[in-house]
Formats: sequence, structure tokens, C-alpha cells
Amino acid sequence: MFDDSNIIAGLEIGTSKICVVVGEQNTDGALNIIGLGQARSRGVRKGEIINPEQVEEDLRAAMFEAEQMADVEIRSVYLGVSGGHVRGFNNRGVHPVVSDDREISADDVDDVVKNAKAINLPAENTVIHAVRQHFFVDGQDGVTNPVGMLGARLEVDMHVIHGHANRLQNVVRLVRATSLEVDDVVFNGIATSLALLSNEQKELGALVIDIGGGTTEFVVYSNGVIRHSGVLAVGGDHVSNDLAYGLKVPLSRAEKLKIEYGAASVNESVKGQTISITNELGLELKRLNHEHLQRIMSLRLEEIFQLIAHDLEQAGLTDYLRAGVFLCGGGSRVPGIVKLAENVFQMNVAPGHATAVSGLTAALDQPEFAAAIGLVKYGSLKHHRRRAGQPFLKGLFGRLLQRS
Amino acid sequence: MQTPEPALFAEAPAAPVVRIFGVGNAGIALLATLATPEFAAAQFAVINTDAGAFAASPATVKIHLENKLLRGLGSGGDPERGRALAEEQFSTLKSACEGANVIFILAGLGGGAGSGISPVLAKAAREAGALVLAFVTLPFECEGNRREAQAQASLEQLKSAADGVICLPSQKVFKLIDENSTLLETFRVTGGFLGEGVRGVWHLLTRPGLIHVHFADLCALLRDRHAENAFAFVEATGAGRAREVVENILAHPLLDEGRALAESEAVLVSLTAGNDLSMSEINRVIDQVKRQCSHAQIIMGASVDAEMKDKLCVTIIAARQNAAPATMSARTETHTSGATASSAREVVMVRTPHKRKGNAKPVQTQLPLTIVSKGRFDKSEPTKHNGEDLDVPTFLRRGVPLN
Repeated sequence: MFDDSNIIAGLEIGTSKICVVVGEQNTDGALNIIGLGQARSRGVRKGEIINPEQVEEDLRAAMFEAEQMADVEIRSVYLGVSGGHVRGFNNRGVHPVVSDDREISADDVDDVVKNAKAINLPAENTVIHAVRQHFFVDGQDGVTNPVGMLGARLEVDMHVIHGHANRLQNVVRLVRATSLEVDDVVFNGIATSLALLSNEQKELGALVIDIGGGTTEFVVYSNGVIRHSGVLAVGGDHVSNDLAYGLKVPLSRAEKLKIEYGAASVNESVKGQTISITNELGLELKRLNHEHLQRIMSLRLEEIFQLIAHDLEQAGLTDYLRAGVFLCGGGSRVPGIVKLAENVFQMNVAPGHATAVSGLTAALDQPEFAAAIGLVKYGSLKHHRRRAGQPFLKGLFGRLLQRS
Repeated sequence: MQTPEPALFAEAPAAPVVRIFGVGNAGIALLATLATPEFAAAQFAVINTDAGAFAASPATVKIHLENKLLRGLGSGGDPERGRALAEEQFSTLKSACEGANVIFILAGLGGGAGSGISPVLAKAAREAGALVLAFVTLPFECEGNRREAQAQASLEQLKSAADGVICLPSQKVFKLIDENSTLLETFRVTGGFLGEGVRGVWHLLTRPGLIHVHFADLCALLRDRHAENAFAFVEATGAGRAREVVENILAHPLLDEGRALAESEAVLVSLTAGNDLSMSEINRVIDQVKRQCSHAQIIMGASVDAEMKDKLCVTIIAARQNAAPATMSARTETHTSGATASSAREVVMVRTPHKRKGNAKPVQTQLPLTIVSKGRFDKSEPTKHNGEDLDVPTFLRRGVPLN
């Protein structure tokens, strides 16, 4: 039914906003963004739903806006998921080639992929993505398609992203409750990198950091394949919370102060400066130290980068990021954050821009929408391949979808 | 980080003179458990308001604080009396402390003598020029609110008077003993823990180390911090001893299952083993500890004792950050008057502002409850990363002052 349609929608239920992006795919597979809807999200903390009713309400508002703008009816969405429970790791599958002529057949490839997927996950977890990286034939590295090659031992590296099944299921159920179909569930980090990175950048090696409201996702690509991924359940909310605590102001005020006066590092010019908070009559209520505000913020943001940098260091990937680091998400709007990230990672850092999609430029330039745009792109790739008769990233999550 | 006073070096060319004071009934009992050949080089002294407890004590110096008001009945569980008495005879206490480099005070807080005298003794000892380390127990919950409150008040005074306080909330021992333990056993376990702490520090000071933890290092760790120290003493034998030791450290109830390490700003690790102590074992232990407390300064020491055979002992002293609420950690249990020992401990740390050495006295009165609220994240699942709760503001965890 929907396969014939050329409308693809991406839905991201984030901590600070719910965002729907609608894309239209023409017959050559080119993607055009035609609609965008967003609503302030109230029922989500750290990327996970805590109040389904509110989320549903906000979700309907966002969908309505997107449908109005695109002038289409959205029947199904690609759903982005995140949360501190989502983890990625690499796994290797091994398969001996047993046929007499030692020629690797498609069956061998299927077997080795199956072996790589046979992993020890905690019982309550489920696999969101299992992405094939490279094949090894008798230890020969970097084989992308081993079918027809000769060899005795076939190995494959997979990147497996998994998460807590029930928590993932909750989001899916909620979306279904609004009579929307879920085409596929996609890890937000992968969606973001799809939107941001070109194939060259993936080849060179790049790190994408999406600093959202409640979570920070990071994904590493190198040699064209995903090498590492993870989620830190720390984001812009934490910055606001730190400010609220440190400056002794209400959270809503902290949020405003963050946007108006925040910076990723302490500017020389604000040292000793104060910010006065006034009420509606213009009377001064409180004075805050501008330097403290920026110091609290910079410490938190720096810590986020340090944690990621440390993680990459342990994974041994620091030297593979030749295209540098790309930032997106609301957190990437903080003034001076590029500089801060450069200091921590000691490499090129750039704000990411959604590439390779056309359409509403206003939407594409916003770092917050990268994940939702990426979801549409994910959908379009999937459609395109399906039409071309190629299998796309195996929808492991499909099982989960059917179960619900 | 403070550097120790040069005078201390001049006085202590060789092994420092260590004097161990048992204060109050509990302190005397604790001291008695230490009267082993191991401590032959230490000088023992006891102080009490009730002479009855002196008889069995092995101590060489016995100071009986007495005046007519008490009629030989002891302080009657009132720390004010103990305190008044001690202040009255401040000069006696001070002279008893003369000539020692390090003074250990052993006491059970909550009663009259221990709670009242210990802070004064600590002050006297410091005036006499010694480094003062107090090893104290806090009462069990079932001993009642009054004792709890007295213990807390005394602990605060002690913290501002002594260089370091190593405090063992007895309630924590509950986790370690099985249900059927007798009272005696329980006290023995509590005393044993404290004894281990004393022994650990004692080893640091007396055993010749290959990688020596200097007396100065200990001073640097403790002096002027007025910090609360968490300590642990673990030992293991056999082939996998390094691994076992690390596991024990991380599971140690006195270190809050390793959380205390994550929150500490300086950690002293000392290893002692037989002749077969290998570098890789040291490395393994230190590496794991380091992983727990990436922000902390680590002082490590290692020594070899042929008598240990294949035993490996590790002493850890972790000085928690003193920058007030930084130590608040994740725990948000509400602190009612009958709080658990552990949460009470948290509160105490918050109450103790960072003080310089000179003006040790006034303890600022503060609100009884200053738990760091995690605000927006109060009810959500905490974001833990290597034992650190990332929901707590970064500037608090790192102890960055905002002035």
C-alpha cells in the first residue's frame, strides 16, 4: 500500500521537542523535504517517555502541523529512538567455507552474517540495527562482497546497536495509538549521520555528535562504515538544571538565561559582569554573575565532550577521524561550542549541515532537525533499494514491530 | 594541596613517634584490641571520666578526668560534661601529647566521654604539634536519636579540630554481619574495622616501603582538609589475589561499594605483600582504583614484608571532597531526624564548610537538610558513568568554586 507512495515521514520524539519531517521522493530517488512540524515536548526525559498522554498530545500537534505544511496525509513514519539504554558494539562472525572448490557462495555470506548476529545480549534487550562492516577472507581485510572469491575462512564484522526492548516498544506503541504506522525504528544517531555526512566523509572517518535536550548521541564512521556508536543520557536539560542549581533560579528562567547569555567557554569580556533579572515592570529582581553562568555551562559541555573523547580513545578510534567532528542538535547552537570541541578532541570540528536533501531551506539549516531529516533519508534509501530489489539494512526491528 | 610543615621533618628524621589514645569506654576497648606485638613501637594512652574501665587497659598512660560534680560516676552520657572536664584540664592533655608526631584518637561517639573529650584532645594534640587522626565509630541506629545527634555534633567538632577523621558508622556494619550475630560479635566486627584502619595507617608509617608512602604524604592528604575520610583495608591470598583485592575494594561497604572513591579528591593506596609482590599486581590494583576516581590525586605506596607470605594487603584512605555539596552524590534519600547512618554522614559533610587550620573552632550552624536536588532529574533513572552520577551538576562534582 504505502510502498507505492512517495511520501516519507520521519518522526523524532525528543526531550525538548517532537519533530516531524515530511519528504517526497521522486522517481529517480531524489529527496525533497516538503513539510515540517514540531511541538514542544513535555512528556519526555532523557529521551524516554515518562508521560505517554502528554507525548501523544504533543505528537498530534506536531503531526498536524507537518501535514498542513506538506499538504499530505501521513500514514506511516520512520521512528527515531534514543535513550541511555541504547548501546552499540562490534561483533565478529566466523564461518568456515566447506565447499570443495573453496568458492564463497551467497549461502556462506548469509551464514557468517547470522553468526555475527548471534550475540549475547541481556534477555530484556533487543537489536535495533545490525550493520555489516567488512568481510575478511582468510584474514584479508576490507572485502565488501566476498561472493565468488576463494577462501577457507570467511569472517565479518558487524556493528550491533541494541536497546531495552520494552522501552523501545513503549514509543512504538504510543505512535501506533495515534493511528500511525511505524515503517521502521531507527537509532537517532544513525539518522543524524545519514543527514550530515557525505560518503567521502564516511570514508575518511567522522564523528557525529548530536547534543539534544536529554541525550547526546555519537556515531563514528570510518572507511565508509559505522564503527562505533553510543548515547550519553546527558544533554541541554542538564545544562539548564546545572544553571538552575548553581545560580539559584527556577528551571524555566535557567533555560532562558542559557539561550540568551550562554556560552561554551568563559568569555574574557563577561568577567565580573552581572546579569540583572527584571520583572514585567522593569524592576530588578535579582543579579546574577555572568561569568558563573558561563563557567557552569562550559564545565558541563566540556564534560560531555570529554566523556565521548574518552570513549573513543578506549575504542581506539581517535586516529581514524580524518574528516573531523560534526556537531548538531540544539546543543550545537551554543556560542563557542566548536572551539570547545576542538580543544577537547584536538581535531577539526564543524557544525553539521543536512546535505543531499533539497527542499525547505529553513528546515534544513537548523541543527535540531538533523535527526528527523536523517530519518526521512533513511526511509528514502530503504524505499529506493526496495524498488531496486536490493535488500537494505535488515530490519531486525521488524520482528519487534510485529510482536507488538 | 598543602605542604607539610617543615618543622615536622626536623622532628621526625626516622620513624615518627605515634601515640594512640583511647577515649571513653569504647575507645579503651578499641585500644585493647590493638595491644598486639605489631604495635609495640606505639605508645598507648587512655582517657576516661570513669576510672573503672582503666583496670583492664594495657595502656601505659592513664588519664582520669574527674571533678567533684561527677562523683566518680563518669560523664553520664552527656558530652557537655566530658567537654567541660577536658577543657578544664587542657594543659594535662596537651602535655600528654607532647613529643608525638602522630596521634591517633580512638573513640566511640555518641556517649559522654568519647564525644566530649575527643575534640578537645584533638585540639590539644594539634597545639602540641602533632598530626591528629581520629578513628571514630558512630552509634547504631537503634541507640536512639539523642546519641546519634550527640555523635554528629561531636563528629563535626572533631573534624574541625583534627587533621583527619576516619569515621565508621556502625550501622554500615549491619550489612556485613549475618542476622544471628551476637552483640559481642557485632562490636568485635565494628572494632575490627576501626582496628584495620589504624593498622593500615600504622603500616604506612612504620613499615619500610619500597615505594614509600611518606609521613609527609599522609600529612598532605589529611592536613587542612578537615575532610571525612573513607577507608578500607582488604587482604587476599593466593594466585588471583590482585584481582580479588580489587573486587573486595569495589565491593567494600565502607567505601559505599566504590562510590566513595568516585567522589574523593585524594586517595592513598598502600600495598603490602610478601617477597613475591610483583609490579603487575601493583599496577593492576592502582589501575583499577584510578579508574574509579579519575579526578582524584592518587598517592601510592608499596612495601614488602617477608612474613606476609602470599598475602596481599591493601589499605585505601580516600579523602572526600570538602567543597560542600559536591559530595552530595546521587543519594537523595530524605533526611529525617532518624536518618540512616549513611545519609546522616552525607549531611554532615555538607554541613562542614572548608576551614583553614588556624580558625578551627566555630562550626557554622546550617540547615539540617541540604541534599543536592537533582531538580528535573529527581525522579528519573540516574545517569551513571563509572560510578559518577552525571545528573549532579558538573561544577559540583568537580568542586569548582563559584565565588
